[in-house]
Amino acid sequence: MSVWQAFIELLRRDLRLAMRRRAEVANPLLFFVMVIVLFPLGVGAEPNLLERMSAGVVWVAALLAALLTLDSIFRSDFEDGTLEQLLLSAQPLSVMVLAKVVAHWLVTGLPLLLVAPLLAMLLGMKSEAMGTLMLSLLLGTPVLSLIGAIGVALTVGLRRAGVILSLLVLPLYVPVLIFGAAAVDAAASGLPVAGQLYILAAFLAMALSLAPVAAASALRISLS
Amino acid sequence: MNSFMKWIHKWGSPPWFYRVSGMMLPWLTGLFAITLVYGLYAGLVLAPADYQQGDSFRIIYVHVPAAWMGMFIYIVMAVAAVVHLVWRIKIADVVLISSAPIGASFAFIALVTGSLWGKPMWGTWWTWDARLTSELLLLFIYLGIIALHSAVEDRQSAGRATAVLTLVGVVNIPIIHYSVVWWNTLHQGTTVMRLDGPAIAPQMLWPLLSMAIAFKLYYVIVMMLRARGEILARETKSRWVRELVGGE
Repeated sequence: MSVWQAFIELLRRDLRLAMRRRAEVANPLLFFVMVIVLFPLGVGAEPNLLERMSAGVVWVAALLAALLTLDSIFRSDFEDGTLEQLLLSAQPLSVMVLAKVVAHWLVTGLPLLLVAPLLAMLLGMKSEAMGTLMLSLLLGTPVLSLIGAIGVALTVGLRRAGVILSLLVLPLYVPVLIFGAAAVDAAASGLPVAGQLYILAAFLAMALSLAPVAAASALRISLS
Repeated sequence: MNSFMKWIHKWGSPPWFYRVSGMMLPWLTGLFAITLVYGLYAGLVLAPADYQQGDSFRIIYVHVPAAWMGMFIYIVMAVAAVVHLVWRIKIADVVLISSAPIGASFAFIALVTGSLWGKPMWGTWWTWDARLTSELLLLFIYLGIIALHSAVEDRQSAGRATAVLTLVGVVNIPIIHYSVVWWNTLHQGTTVMRLDGPAIAPQMLWPLLSMAIAFKLYYVIVMMLRARGEILARETKSRWVRELVGGE
């Protein structure tokens, strides 16, 4: 089996597994919606304030929702032994990791992207910024999944991985948050956004090329 | 293999490290005491008060070296991580994990002294200044490394997992730093601290350099002490440790 075939097969397998457990796909989305609803309740429903905060709030909520789902990248495969078989297989592990991350993003990141404009509307974000919001999430959320995969790979063997995972991963998410929210902010004030989006794209290119390798070596350590 | 490489390789052996670090420690401690006393005396007493900040500026003699150490120790840890992952040298692992809490402490000291200085100078304990924020994130990364190391039960995989995380951090720290700088300029415009203007006077500079050396020596001393303890704990079953303990 060629590497490409193996990549597609693993991707299809993970997507099929996810479709069998639809509730697990829906829960992070629900979390995303709820976090965003909490903000107006907490800081008050003043339209100016909410509009000013909307970019940051949507991005922080997306980041937390992504964090919440990370564990599912490797956890169930670790528990039933599939991960060990992947390690033993002749295919390069980093490519297999990439397939799992892509599947994870399609199941958790893409839905966030589709719901985000609706929630941004609730917060009163200007409609000119919507396109940029979608674009920044499209470029940014895969980076979250890729960096997160390293963290999960390091903690998959631990019993209480949840809190440690967030300690490891959240500081590394800061650049994505800064540029993602900044792009949306700039769009809302009618400024050019190309710079921020290019930087997000650069993060994505870098994470795509480096993160699978790091996650693969972390997996080898966790399973040794 | 030339003699220099041989010498480097010797450091990879735990008994050699234990013996040589034991011989070096008194000398390092003496040098540390000299540089610390000179730095503190010259900095706190001899150096003239700043014409704008008065005596408050003297906190730089602790703050600046601590902030430098926060970065410096991370670089040491990253080098140790590479050595550990590539050549599987045990000492590198020991150095890495012995350094992490010291680095975290220096980052913390830099934050606390910065905030103490900020209160009279900027009128607030905390501002979202780019340097403060990236120092805080550096502290978080240190804490993450320590948390991961203590969470993994198997010592060997704990060391290697920590090494991988350290390297991931090394790629990310510059990105985080420049993102925060960029974020700050976007949100606040120019802030408070700027080091341009008249260059620092020599009477102020020498104590600062002396303190920087003192802090580096302090790090080496504490790291060696921690590493020696860690080596003894790991090698409890080997013969040289038994002879060492039994012979006393």
